[in-house]
Amino acid sequence: MRVFDPHIHMTSRTTDDYRNMAAAGVRAVLEPAFWLGQPRTNPGSFADYFDSLIGWEPYRAAQFGIRHHSAISLNPKEANDPRCRAVLDLIPRYLDKDGVVAVGEIGYDSMTPVEDTVFAAQLALARSYGLPALVHTPHRDKAVGTKRTLDVVAESGIDPGWVLVDHLNEVTVRQVRDSGCWTGFSIYPETKMSPDRMVAILKEYGPERVLVNSAADWGHSDPLLTVVTGNAMLAAGFSEDDVDLVLWRNPVEFYGQSGKLDLSDVPKPEGTFAGSSIARGGS
Amino acid sequence: MTPDDLRAGLLGHPKWDWLVAAEAHVRADPDAVATLFARAERTLGRDPLPGRPQWTSGRAGRALLLVALARTPDRVDRITTVYTQGDTAERIAVLQALPMLPIGAAAAPLLHDALRTNDARLVAAALGPYAAHLDQPSWRQGVVKCVFMGIPLDAVDRLDERADAGLAAMLAALAEERTAAGRAVPDDALALLHRLTESAS
Repeated sequence: MRVFDPHIHMTSRTTDDYRNMAAAGVRAVLEPAFWLGQPRTNPGSFADYFDSLIGWEPYRAAQFGIRHHSAISLNPKEANDPRCRAVLDLIPRYLDKDGVVAVGEIGYDSMTPVEDTVFAAQLALARSYGLPALVHTPHRDKAVGTKRTLDVVAESGIDPGWVLVDHLNEVTVRQVRDSGCWTGFSIYPETKMSPDRMVAILKEYGPERVLVNSAADWGHSDPLLTVVTGNAMLAAGFSEDDVDLVLWRNPVEFYGQSGKLDLSDVPKPEGTFAGSSIARGGS
Repeated sequence: MTPDDLRAGLLGHPKWDWLVAAEAHVRADPDAVATLFARAERTLGRDPLPGRPQWTSGRAGRALLLVALARTPDRVDRITTVYTQGDTAERIAVLQALPMLPIGAAAAPLLHDALRTNDARLVAAALGPYAAHLDQPSWRQGVVKCVFMGIPLDAVDRLDERADAGLAAMLAALAEERTAAGRAVPDDALALLHRLTESAS
């Protein structure tokens, strides 16, 4: 089993996690920019954080043979602090970097007017830089937040095939599937989604346009739950090809739309799965 | 290595026209360098230049964009900005290009920045020919850091010419510490230490 974790905050994880992930089959990760637990108070803190997402973190991952890409954005929670608003001006220069293959994670936290503005502005950035967008759905008032998210995506004019709406559950999956956006599920030890519930959703909706991630961060989370979910799929009768589609080819196809996804140094798996690599270069 | 050497290595590259246009763009509008520099590697590729294994097409293209940028009066500030706003590959390209830019020792602070990192590629790139502008204590620390990080010492420009008794003492102390712990000392560090103690005796 080869795994591309399409949403994980490695900055918050230890080097032992990288070792364990590599041993379990994780070959690539996408780290979206987000909050760090402690709210930041100035744009310089974000610049250093973004620099680490395109500098130190890919280097650390590479020590374990894991390919690291990132998504850059101003997250909605900190967008509400006027001291951090100028971060929006920093973002374009990062979107041009080779390792940055998406804008994200953007979306709603408390659904404030400021969040509306910042969300729309960053969807516009995704369009102008030719990057897909990773969109977080809020923890509180999720169903309403998801509908509002899809409305903003539709208004922005971005192709829904370039949008991944994440942290979905049994209540929110249907409307996102119907919108044409990709559907993301964060498998957590307790809260958002469990491996068994994920398998049930896959049985109902099929594996197309589904991405499964650990969203592991500084909270109670587990970077190996992608692998656990793959095993749960196999135990429930899904084929190895289905597992490869969900855990590898779907994230490769989604983020590959950037033209910058570089998996050329990831060893080819045994077997005959097609479409495994995106060549360097592009735009 | 000179800009003309790099140009010769890139002649016939399928994206040659892109590079020529990008250089002209930077000469006309130096602010354009940020975007063009970021895009240069994925446009020109990462294949080594023929006969110049230290250089890839993308890195050579980036160096030529810096040569174009260096025509500005505030060239040091601009080159520094390209470095500080760059990802790791961009920073390495800047470090590697420094010896061919008309800036004297003014960009030495970038070497100190690179030597503070824990990225072996940046540390190695900081000890190329431009390290002639590093003070001797910083240079010695850089060499010993290479040994610590397992970076082959052939990354260090003019190693034997510059190695001195101070470096020999640091390497001997490191070797003693490693040996006491039952750990190996890299062969190239031992060989250097041997050469230094031979020449001193």
